[in-house]
This record gives sequence, structure tokens and C-alpha cells, in this order.
Amino acid sequence: MPDSQAAIRLDHISRHYTMGEAVIRAVDDVSLELPTGEFLALLGSSGSGKSTLLNLIAGLDRPTSGAVIAHGQDLSQVSSLELARYRRQTVGMVFQSFNLLPRMTLEENVELPLRLAEVERGDRAARVHEALGRVGLEKRSDHRPSELSGGEQQRAAIARALVNRPKILLADEPTGNLDSTTGESILTLLKEIQKNPGMTIVMVTHERPLAERYADRLAIMGDGKLLSNGAAR
Amino acid sequence: MKPRDLSDLALRNLREAILRNSLTTLGIAVGVASLVAMLSLGVGLQQLASKRLSQSGLFDSVFVTPRMNLRGMGREAMPAPSDKPPRLLDEAARQEISRLPNVVEVYPQVRFFTEVRYDSKPFATMVAGMPASSKASGSFDGMQGSFFSSDSAYETILQSEFAKELNPQTSSLIGKELVLRYAERQSLPATAADSGAASSSNSESLPGGFSVVPKEMRLSIVGVVDTEPAAGFGGYGNGRLLIPLQVAMTLRAAQVNDLRDIVRGTSSTPTFASLTVRAKGPANVEALEASIKNMGFGAFSLLDASKSLRIFFSVFDLLLGIFGSLALAVATLGIINTLVMAILERRREIGVLKALGAADRDVRQLFFVEAGVMGLFGGIFGAFLGWLIGRALTFGTNVYLHRQSLPGVDISSVPWWLVLFAVAFAVLVSLAAGLYPASRAARLNPVEALRYE
Repeated sequence: MPDSQAAIRLDHISRHYTMGEAVIRAVDDVSLELPTGEFLALLGSSGSGKSTLLNLIAGLDRPTSGAVIAHGQDLSQVSSLELARYRRQTVGMVFQSFNLLPRMTLEENVELPLRLAEVERGDRAARVHEALGRVGLEKRSDHRPSELSGGEQQRAAIARALVNRPKILLADEPTGNLDSTTGESILTLLKEIQKNPGMTIVMVTHERPLAERYADRLAIMGDGKLLSNGAAR
Repeated sequence: MKPRDLSDLALRNLREAILRNSLTTLGIAVGVASLVAMLSLGVGLQQLASKRLSQSGLFDSVFVTPRMNLRGMGREAMPAPSDKPPRLLDEAARQEISRLPNVVEVYPQVRFFTEVRYDSKPFATMVAGMPASSKASGSFDGMQGSFFSSDSAYETILQSEFAKELNPQTSSLIGKELVLRYAERQSLPATAADSGAASSSNSESLPGGFSVVPKEMRLSIVGVVDTEPAAGFGGYGNGRLLIPLQVAMTLRAAQVNDLRDIVRGTSSTPTFASLTVRAKGPANVEALEASIKNMGFGAFSLLDASKSLRIFFSVFDLLLGIFGSLALAVATLGIINTLVMAILERRREIGVLKALGAADRDVRQLFFVEAGVMGLFGGIFGAFLGWLIGRALTFGTNVYLHRQSLPGVDISSVPWWLVLFAVAFAVLVSLAAGLYPASRAARLNPVEALRYE
């Protein structure tokens, strides 16, 4: 299903941190192009810079140099207000530790992005219901995250990421806190979501076998550099 | 975020740490309460003082006397303070003054020394005529018995010291009668033939001095008063036996100034020794005084004293406000502390919000609203608490006054403007306190915040 138009284009991006005297090159001159509709798995050992790269694509961080162009928008050039809008409208994010707000029910957690996007109150319930339905949790909408299993929590987090109908889904080690069966079910769900027209997925993981099975393409990082960006199969 | 979502989330966050936020809110409430209690005391005392003073007639009255220009006796004539010649203070003048703008009433001072018979024993005392408006002056608050039933009733109220001379059990006097013996002033007709004729109705217009005819009047005692209502400004002595002014005026009793009138050869028309002019309020006094002077009379008022009183209370309120605000200043530190703690606690949550698309502005507003809501609740509760403290102070004061056998007073007052001011001030101060935590929360780096465990 990959589309010819690039969803994400990374143009010689670097992200350097200074720690005292030392300069840490978390991401070092990475260029990568992702067609719309592709499922990319970003592999690498811990500290390889894959999460930093994901944060740059997510608009949570800005590159030290280079350009991150997502759906035609150069994230390194926009204001922080526009960057927030990009996070709200264009991307959805899923984390290893789910990051659901523990004091809110699933329904309220999923509603949160709609509040931030100032979606009309009348439309919210239906969209929350729809998003929870897609991940099979519509019956648990009144539960708090602590009342759910890890897999269910990650499904709820995916529902929250999808509720604003983003074009890009970013997942940072989504199976890292789950057993292998549950992990596979989450990846099956992501694969399912990829079928949405125009949905591009970038997943950071260090589980190569899973990545090989579900992703369209594997990119491997080491020491901040992109070692390989070849196809999975 | 929309305001409703913002307040939803803010209230939700406040509820989550209910104990800490309640304590912070309580801190604000105590601060506001101390401010409100202090200011209510200032307002209350000022109201009490100005009520008493305006009731006393001292600050809304102008005292009018004929402008005297005594020649002779080794004195030079004083230069007239206005162009108009001195005038007689007679009934025509009284009518004219009462037609001036902002005049409520014009009444003469009627006082005379005379003999009273009670229980067939003679007593000497000073009689004073009281205008009907004096009932509202507060001087008769807490009196035994009642005020005059009408302005022309043959009734009297006794000052308690005089009443004790009549009967140590003053309360037993009420309802009894006494006889007022006084000297009626009767103008002599030109013929000077029939000096005792009380029926000579046209005699007033005729020149030629007066005779003094002894008269008697029966008065029923309706009340006994502890204060000295007739000890007002411009009096010649304290009235111990008070009668309605209308009655006092019809007596035409010989007064202190009668002799002076004779000396001046103007006894053909009865004149007043002085008139008291009550204005609608202290604000009208200055203009009134000027126009009365311009009519050719002597006039003076205690306006300056009332001005200094207002200045005193402004300074007093300011000081009370500063002391009251100290507690609120401490409370703002509580808000800052609570919100800074909340940032640490909710670091990860702020990171999640930002990852979900919250702008810095959203996070800042969220913390800001939380501070504002604490300020609002603290302000409302504090205003109530302050009112309660004021009530308690009034209650305590009244218990004390009661023990001293004094009438109760209201020393604290919480008007609506004070409540609104206190709540608005609390919200404003809280928002100011939230400024730093809110901007700190907004500046939080989402990547670091999400990494935080």
C-alpha cells in the first residue's frame, strides 16, 4: 500500500546534546524518506538514538541541524504553537509505558486529545467510542488504567493516539512492557491500523523478529547513525 | 483548550490532591478572612462613628446666630465679613433659611431656666425644646419610657440626673405629672395700660418692651434618658427637662436673649438667639454655611472636624488593610509551594499532555486556572470567615458593653463591595502566585518529562 508521496523526509538531521564538555551525538546526520502508508520499524540497541529520532519526528524535540519534513511541513522551521498543533493533528504517539493518566477512565484518557484539539463536545463521545471500538475496548470505557492488563492499556493508548485521526502513528517500543503473545496482538492491531488509507507507522523496537514479521521496512541505527534502511523482506 | 475543558481539567487536578489543595485554599481563606475582618472593622467603626456623628447633628448642621456688631463698650465695630448688613434672626429669616437648597429643617434653640413642681416640692432646672428629629439622633437610644407622642404633646422627658432628684427610682416617674412654672414674655402694648392681658393678640406688632407673666403648665413624664441630648453644640447649658420644641416655642418663655433684644430696641418682633439648620448631609454644609453668611447672619459648622475624621479613617483603613494583607501574602507563598510541588508530581503528566498536542499555553493556562480556582474558593470562604470574625468581635464587644450597661453597637460591617473586593483580590493574588509555577510547567521539556519516573 505504500504511496509515492513522502509522509516523512529526514534531511541530514542531527541532534546533539552537550553534557559538560562532551558533545553527545544522539542522532548524527540521518537522512531517510518514508512514503505515505509505510510501516517502518526502527531497530537498534539502547542508546543508538532511535528514540531521539522518533521524538524528532513526533515534534517533541527539534533537530540541532537538518530538516524534518512531515507531509510537506518543515518541523525545524515552525513555531512551538504550530509544532503543538502538528502533534495534535498529524501524529499519534504510543509509548512503552502506555502513559495513560492513571486518575482518568479510559474514556477520559481517549477524550484528552479531543479536548486539546477543541473538538466540539457533542462529537466527542462518538469519536471516543469509535476509537475504543477499533481496539476492542468499548466495554471497558469506564475503567481506570490500573484495572486493565498491560495489553489492554496499550490498546487504550493506541485508541488515544488514533482518536484525532492522525496521518502518522509513532510507537516507541510498544511491546517492550508486554509478554510475547500480547506483543504480537498489539502488532497485529498496528498492522490492521496501517490499512487505513494514508496511515504511516514508525515503530521503535529492539525485537528484530517481530519487526521483520510486521513492518514493511527495517531501519537500523547505531551510535546515532542510520546503518541500514533496507526493506524487511 | 476551551475554557470549559480547562476548568474541567483544573478542577479534576485540584480534586486529585484534595488534602494539599484544600489546605492551600484554607491558607488563602485565612489570609482573606484576616483582610476582610480588619477592613470590616475599619468600615464598621467608620460607619458607627459617622452614624453617631451625623445623628448628633454636629456634622450636618450649621449654627446660625444674628451677626452681632456691638459698638461701644470700648470696642471698635468689627468689619462685616460680608457685604450684607446684619439682620434680625426672626421668623421671616427662619422661613428664608428653610427655603435654601438641601435644608432639612431649621429650628431654634429654646432653653430657659425655670422652676418645676413635682410632688408639691420645687426644683430648679434648665428646660430645653427638642425637635422631633432628635429622636433619630441616637441620643434617646436605650431610654426608659418613650419619646414624645407628638411634637405638640404636653409631655416631658427627664435627664436621669434631674430625674433622680425628683425620685431616686427614676422608672417610677414615668406616667406621673409635673408642673412647669415659667415666665411668659408678653409684649407691652403702646398704651402700656393692660400689662396682664394675655388676650392682646395684636400686641406683638407694637413697640415698647415686654412684661413677664408667671404661668404654669402640667406636663406628663413619658421618659427618662441617661444621655444629655440637649448638650449639643451651641447650647447655653444642658437641658435637664426636655419638652417638644413646638411646645417650647408656644410657651414664649423669657429667654436669655430677651434682654439683649430690649437693649437693641428690637423687641417688636420676637427673635431667636440662634437657629440650628440641618442639611441633607455633611457634603451640603459648606455651601449652606456660605449662603447663610451671605444672608447677613453669623454661621458656623464643624465641617473641618468631619474632614479630619474622614482622613483619619482612610489612614486607619489603609493600616488595617496592610496588616490584613500580611496573612494573604503568606498564603500566596502557600500557593506557589503547592503548585511547584504539583509540577514535580505531575511532570510526567505534563509530558503526556504535550505529546498529545498541548501547547505551552495550554499547560500554562491549566496551572493558572488551578491557582485562580484556589483563589476563588479561598476568597469566598475567606470572606465568609472574615464576616464571621467580625460578627464574633461585635458579639464580644456587645457582651462587654452590656456588662457596662451601655447600648450595643455594630463595630464590624461587611458591605457587598468588600466581599467582591476580597474575592477579586484573592483571585488576583492567587493568579500572580501561579505565574511562576505556570510558566515553569509550560517550559517543561516534554522529552525529559516523559523520561521522568
